[in-house]
Amino acid sequence: MTMGTVLALTGAALAVILAGMGSAYGVGVAGQAASGVVSEDPSKFAKVLIMQLLPGTQGIYGLLVGFIALSKIGLLSGSPAELSLNTGLMILAACLPIGIVGLVSGMHQGKTAVSAIGIIVKKPDQFGKAMLFPAMVETYAILALLVSILAVNGVPVN
Amino acid sequence: MAVLSMKKINICAMKKDRKAVLEELQSLGAVEIQTDGVEDDVFKKMNTATQRGKYEKRVANADRALEILQQYAPESTSMLDSLKGRREVKNINYVQLVEDRRRYNGIVKNIIDKDKEISNLNSAISKSELSIESLRPWVDMDIPINTSGTKHTDVILGSMAPGLTEDMIREMISSRQPDIQGYDVKVISTDKDQTCIFVIALKNISGKVEEALRSEGFTRMSFFSKRTPKDKIEKYRREISEYKQNIQSLSDEISSYADNREDIKLLSDYYRIRADKYQVLGELLQSKSTFVITGYILEQDSAKVEKILNERFSLMVEITDVPQEETAPVKLHNKKVFASAEGVLNSFGLPGKGEMDPTAPMSLFYIFLFGLMLSDAAYGLIIFLACAIILKKFPKMDEALAKSIRLFMYCGISTLVWGVLFGGYFGDLITVVSRVFFHHEVTIKPLWFAPLDDPMRLLVFSLLFGLIHLFGGLALKGYMCLKKKDFVGFFADVIPWFLLIGGLVLMLMPTELFASIAQTSFNFPGWLKTTSYAMAIVGAAVIVVMSGRSHKNPALRLALGLYDIYNLTGWLSDLLSYSRLLALGLATGVIAQVVNQMGSMVGDSVFGVIVFILVFIIGHTFNLAINMLGAYVHTCRLQYVEFFGKFYEGGGIAFNPFREKTKYVDIVDQK
Repeated sequence: MTMGTVLALTGAALAVILAGMGSAYGVGVAGQAASGVVSEDPSKFAKVLIMQLLPGTQGIYGLLVGFIALSKIGLLSGSPAELSLNTGLMILAACLPIGIVGLVSGMHQGKTAVSAIGIIVKKPDQFGKAMLFPAMVETYAILALLVSILAVNGVPVN
Repeated sequence: MAVLSMKKINICAMKKDRKAVLEELQSLGAVEIQTDGVEDDVFKKMNTATQRGKYEKRVANADRALEILQQYAPESTSMLDSLKGRREVKNINYVQLVEDRRRYNGIVKNIIDKDKEISNLNSAISKSELSIESLRPWVDMDIPINTSGTKHTDVILGSMAPGLTEDMIREMISSRQPDIQGYDVKVISTDKDQTCIFVIALKNISGKVEEALRSEGFTRMSFFSKRTPKDKIEKYRREISEYKQNIQSLSDEISSYADNREDIKLLSDYYRIRADKYQVLGELLQSKSTFVITGYILEQDSAKVEKILNERFSLMVEITDVPQEETAPVKLHNKKVFASAEGVLNSFGLPGKGEMDPTAPMSLFYIFLFGLMLSDAAYGLIIFLACAIILKKFPKMDEALAKSIRLFMYCGISTLVWGVLFGGYFGDLITVVSRVFFHHEVTIKPLWFAPLDDPMRLLVFSLLFGLIHLFGGLALKGYMCLKKKDFVGFFADVIPWFLLIGGLVLMLMPTELFASIAQTSFNFPGWLKTTSYAMAIVGAAVIVVMSGRSHKNPALRLALGLYDIYNLTGWLSDLLSYSRLLALGLATGVIAQVVNQMGSMVGDSVFGVIVFILVFIIGHTFNLAINMLGAYVHTCRLQYVEFFGKFYEGGGIAFNPFREKTKYVDIVDQK
């Protein structure tokens, strides 16, 4: 196992860890708000559940990039490539966008989802608009995901 | 693709007919009654709060009775029940019920009373149980509880702190009253809360004994009964079982009304309709012998309603155009496929004053983009089949819900098509299964290309689709300008943007930057290059000159125009926003691959097959659910922010006619 492979693996791990942390926080706070709503009005369950799930996507994006990185290194097929230091660093760098942006955007999307749940409580018919605000935050996670995928995909592995 | 034309209706009729006219309008359900009339010297509003309150109480009672019935004679309900829609009731049955309503009111009252009795009995039971609990420590005492003593002695019963023995108590008494004699103490029982004691003392000292005990924390027993504790407990037990029998017979009686459940639902709706009527009645302007209704009506209904009203009553109906200063409520009418996306439009907002109904173009883009984001043939087929079966099985489903499900059915087809184009069938399921379990790799070639192999290509196409979507929005803005005969707006706000953006895109295409992204290079002939420059320059120039045209000051006008050019960054970010099409499409495919890979890790064995099937079911269900949610949310976003941002504001209010608003049943005319 070369240093390069270790760095690449660190990158894959960071993508999953950081983005997952962001989503865990986001889904967590949104879930607390959703529980409060359901305790008063169980009929709003489906709507608030969707809101709770919105910040959950960052974790999935992290998993996605992590998975592409792992398969790129060859860890999944059981024959890891001997990566040079440079290549390893490149894969690490490529994983960072979704990791860091996933962490921050997941937390903020969670808070926005909490506020959106507030809209659903007061104006249940405004579901479409309420959903839009958390989805705005997600844009940046998607942009980061895109760059991470393209970059991991583009790093040449000998 | 249309907002239905709305008319204003004014009705003036005799006051004696007011209830009949309102009932007629309510059953026609075609007129939205305005409630913002202003009172003056002649026309007053009537206070109907009392009658309304009476009927609302009846509604609440019927609903309460239904709740109680559900508790004692549960009606099996399932998740799918909400899809069934409301039961249809023939008009004749409804009339029958209205005639018999006293009887059903009696049933409702009966059910509620019986439930009250049951709860009273229940509280009596818990009271008796409490008494049994507090008598239990005394059960070993075999004299009646109210024994006061003999001729020369007094009996004192009561409790003290826990853990005391007879000796300790005697000690306490003698330490307080050292010189008295002629008493005896017996501990009946002791537990962790109290020590129950029996004290017998000569009459002349009993007062002092009790006083001594009291200062040590003694309290007298609070029961009075001529029975022994044991008999008393027995008596409570008998009472409890009697109460329980009563409860049983009461709840049987309630259950026996289960057959009337549907009638009670109808009753509840009947009173709901009447309460509504009185609410509207209270909003109408009435003079001494006439009343006035003003409201909105669909143009297509107006002639029919006018005819029916004139036939039945002597009144005056006037149908006019909606005045300029008023904003009429909105009702949409679209063809079946387009109408399915009305829910999506509703969530954003109905067309505002003078706006067109964008449902038709939006629904097409919606279906197209949703499929592109999910893009898996198997998932698409599942969604399509599930929605089609639900639609087939529950034809009476609530209309708005049916529309959404129909939309998802179309989205399923689109997902299927995109899946075939990109070669996704549960991700790479066929490849994995054939390799692991049949040792012969089979791959289904994508009809177009596999996004994971060539993400840049899909990125370019995503942006292209985005450009088409955005230009579609701009074109609709142009259409609206032309329809309003705002030709200046059309040539100043729409055409130049087409020129500018189109020119910039054409300028970008032959560059190296674009070639490196798209991995194909374009070589434009010289005239096309010149044209693209010309387009961009002309477009930009018109924007600079025209966009601040509402201002007279030429310097300010130019400055505003220059500022408007800054909107180019808005276009850029709108366009880049469509890169989510690629990201979400890849997400579905890659997660499906992760699932397949995890499932196949155990290898080719019986156990391996079982693990694979388990992982397959759980994993793909999860992936489908989460990505459907993602596709739904982000398609909505692309419509609301990017597409509508170009031309549509919304803000219309839905047409809400005065009709028979029911909760449980639909009353249909006999045919």
